[in-house]
Amino acid sequence: MKNRRLLTLAIETSCDETAAAVLRGGRTALSNVISSQIDVHRAFGGVVPEIASRCHLERINAVVDRALADAGIGFGDVDLIGVTQGPGLVGALLIGLATAKAYALALGKPIVGVHHIKAHICAAYIEHASLEPPFLALVVSGGHTSLVRAIGRNAYEVLGRTRDDAAGEAFDKVARALGLPYPGGPAIDRAARGGDPGAVAFKRALLGKAGLEFSFSGVKTGVLNHLNAERQAGRSVNVANIAASFRQSVVDVLVAKTMLAAETHGETRVVMAGGVAANSLLRASMDEACRKRGLRLYVPSPALCTDNAVMVGAAAHFKYEEEGADGLDLDAFPNSEL
Amino acid sequence: MERLLKDEAEIRALGLALAAKARPGTVIALIGDLGTGKTTLAKAIAEGLGVTESVTSPTFAIIKEYASGRLPFHHFDAYRLGSPEEMYALGFEEYFCGDGVTVVEWANLVEEFLPKDAMVIDIAYGQNAGERRVRVKGIGDADASV
Repeated sequence: MKNRRLLTLAIETSCDETAAAVLRGGRTALSNVISSQIDVHRAFGGVVPEIASRCHLERINAVVDRALADAGIGFGDVDLIGVTQGPGLVGALLIGLATAKAYALALGKPIVGVHHIKAHICAAYIEHASLEPPFLALVVSGGHTSLVRAIGRNAYEVLGRTRDDAAGEAFDKVARALGLPYPGGPAIDRAARGGDPGAVAFKRALLGKAGLEFSFSGVKTGVLNHLNAERQAGRSVNVANIAASFRQSVVDVLVAKTMLAAETHGETRVVMAGGVAANSLLRASMDEACRKRGLRLYVPSPALCTDNAVMVGAAAHFKYEEEGADGLDLDAFPNSEL
Repeated sequence: MERLLKDEAEIRALGLALAAKARPGTVIALIGDLGTGKTTLAKAIAEGLGVTESVTSPTFAIIKEYASGRLPFHHFDAYRLGSPEEMYALGFEEYFCGDGVTVVEWANLVEEFLPKDAMVIDIAYGQNAGERRVRVKGIGDADASV
């Protein structure tokens, strides 16, 4: 089959990372290059859009060259170009799109724009050769928290998403309130070591209800109210206890809703993806919950959980197989829903 | 005008009242710490405008636009902007001077870009949990009843 050898060059620039990768047959990564901008952004406690666009522009060509070199191929070998179309920061997305279109035009090769959330889900196909739809996916990152059913390799149904803040955003904002560095997830993971997860009973939003939507604004406000109250009372703040309690409440909700979704929809396979899937407590808790219920859990390794271009290449390959190529008028969709 | 709002329901009521008064070009600037209820208020304004889509935090995307209400609704978040000049890169004039209603969270970070007739709403934590002190400034005549 021709498609099993199809070489895809993929580009991802939706947020912090300038990334490019080469895949064979949509499921085998030949290279995975990520030029992270986190150091640049750390000084600001978050991603700064204009800096993001500028950094992407400075790095994108070198990152693509490196991805081709690592894969041992040249531009002439590329069969397909995949690129993240949205959602994300519009300026950052446009750098990736313009680059991908320029390569597509110059090489005379087809281009496919992919949705960032679908790409995160497709990351699971890379390291799990036996994984096929249908399955349930929890996509949890700085910008997204969604429960999605994968019906086919290119067909998805959203079961629930956050009504307010994404889980990763809550981690970032709580970290900032606690005086911890960006990105908030790993910082809170470290700060929570030795802390008592039961020290403060933060709200578990929407638990006990049948819905599959999330809300993390309440727990963020809960932490801030708690910090305010402690400071007003003149008490010193126990950062380890607050970090541990906050992390526990977010993880409890993510695990409970995922289990509810699996039960409701009769799914026996669960994929967890997105940057927050690299969180140690979430991984351990989801693993335990799945084992108890006899569900099979698939979690990409951390390098494929955070933003990368391999996942974009996989999603592009599957979309191309089913829908064919996009036109060169492909545009960025900063807010696109799945 | 300063007011004490007891809980989230009262924040929502304020948002609905603001939406009822909103006209094409209305800019509502929200100022307040993390967790004071800026997004809650913005969601209520959207609800009052008849926006049917799910309105979520704009922090990640900086700008989110909704077209399903009686007026277009633009939801800005300046939280992640590194410098006010980045507002130019975002094309803020097109939103502020357009025919929609714009809500700007973390508006204190982009104060110099706000139109003179913007309504500025300052939200702070009150004494009791859930309580918020809300100050409304720069209200035009038409909005005095809010």
